[in-house]
Amino acid sequence: MMTNPTGRLTQGQFSFLPDLTDAEIALQIEYGLRRGYAWSVEYTDDPHPRNTYWEMYGIPMFDLKDAAGVMLELDACRKAFPDHYIRMVAFDATRGVESIAMSFIVNRPKREPGFQLERQEIGGRSMRYTIRGYAADAPEGERYREG
Amino acid sequence: MPTAPTYSIPGSTTAAPADAAPPRADTQPERTVAEVLARSNVQEVFEELERDLVGLAPVKQRIRDIAALLVIDKLRLNLGLEAQTPSLHMCFTGNPGTGKTTVALRMAQILHRLGYVRKGHLVAVTRDDLVGQYIGHTAPKTREVLKKAMGGVLFIDEAYYLYRPENERDYGQEAIEILLQVMENQRDDLVVILAGYKDRMDTFFRSNPGLSSRIAHHIDFPDYGHEELLEIGERMLSAMNYRFGPAAREAFAEYLERRRAQPHFANARSVRNALDRMRLRQASRLFTEPGRQLSRDDLTTIEPEDIRASRVFGGPGT
Ligand SMILES: Nc1ncnc2c1ncn2[C@@H]1O[C@H](COP(=O)(O)OP(=O)(O)OP(=O)(O)O)[C@@H](O)[C@H]1O
Repeated sequence: MMTNPTGRLTQGQFSFLPDLTDAEIALQIEYGLRRGYAWSVEYTDDPHPRNTYWEMYGIPMFDLKDAAGVMLELDACRKAFPDHYIRMVAFDATRGVESIAMSFIVNRPKREPGFQLERQEIGGRSMRYTIRGYAADAPEGERYREG
Repeated sequence: MPTAPTYSIPGSTTAAPADAAPPRADTQPERTVAEVLARSNVQEVFEELERDLVGLAPVKQRIRDIAALLVIDKLRLNLGLEAQTPSLHMCFTGNPGTGKTTVALRMAQILHRLGYVRKGHLVAVTRDDLVGQYIGHTAPKTREVLKKAMGGVLFIDEAYYLYRPENERDYGQEAIEILLQVMENQRDDLVVILAGYKDRMDTFFRSNPGLSSRIAHHIDFPDYGHEELLEIGERMLSAMNYRFGPAAREAFAEYLERRRAQPHFANARSVRNALDRMRLRQASRLFTEPGRQLSRDDLTTIEPEDIRASRVFGGPGT
């Protein structure tokens, strides 16, 4: 099946590339800081594409000068949720923008089973489609556990 | 450090932060002290330090010594001589208003220009910024401050208040532990300067040997002498576009003499506060003559009576 050819979640920036190294993540953060973005760290174990709002790990980081500060928070989040999806989100607070400017995944579970496409036949030959994560069967917090 | 990736990511090409030292004219590593000084523009900071700060000769000398060490380390590194990132955490001791915060700001600039911190900003905090009131509040507070200070210098004023031995449930210890970890493991990311009274700092270090052993440089700030305080006062005044009128300088000298003998004298800070009160009195004096046309001289001159109305002269004044 071709629903999950890479065995990887592809959401946000860089998601078709190999995982970014910490040095590369720091460079992206530095780039955002230079543009005045506020970074925050978010995590989830429900990466359904319609799940826009992931959990926030701490509050968005305003007034930071250096990527090392943001990395400190990312490391703490990785320690707390090693098998969750974690993404970095950059908020541009500039008036008129006030929106997310960057977003990319920085931590993934070891195995990513992907999503199932469900077909439902309705009235006559009509078809309804929906997708659901294979991992979503397990309760929150118990998904993507190894073994 | 992992090997270089074979793909390129947008943004990763402009690695140098915009506010870092200006790009080098040539990429040859420096071989002489003069080259390092010229390329880092650190000399400028020394000159500002010399020009803007009255007195403090021993402090200035110590800073030049530290900078010399860093410059030589840089030259060694350029020749491939192994050297650990030197520990740069410092301790500034001295009475209030002796210029510790001001010098820390300059230190941050020097470290930045020589490439020992990436951003060169100063984050000044006290116990209240680091320690929480309830269980579980301290770690997030301390980490919040650390995150903001990363890439620069964290200045902790009256650092000994972090440690309250009389209260065994005090959360200050937790802040110290977190600080220690970062001071040890992230030397490239952050320089910590602890500041406070000398005797209290000594006691603090005796009970916290872990911290003490991570401080590489101790700098002691002497109290200012009478002449130095006078000069500081005059400089502050002219920076605010005021000047002493005839006999006002003498009155101010006398004021200083008396004020120093009183408790809670805080060196340059007291001078600044005294000047603010003199400006206040000058304004009140001019205010009492609503019909008078005020000349430039009138508006900029501090008269002896603006000074002598102070309570240190035994009057009822402010
Ligand atoms: N040598 C000096 N020449 C000119 N101005 C000075 C000098 N030293 C201190 N000042 C001025 O005095 C004021 C107080 O100095 P500063 O805040 O650096 O003192 P401090 O030692 O850090 O005090 P504290 O530890 O109580 O905060 C500042 O406004 C500073 O500009």
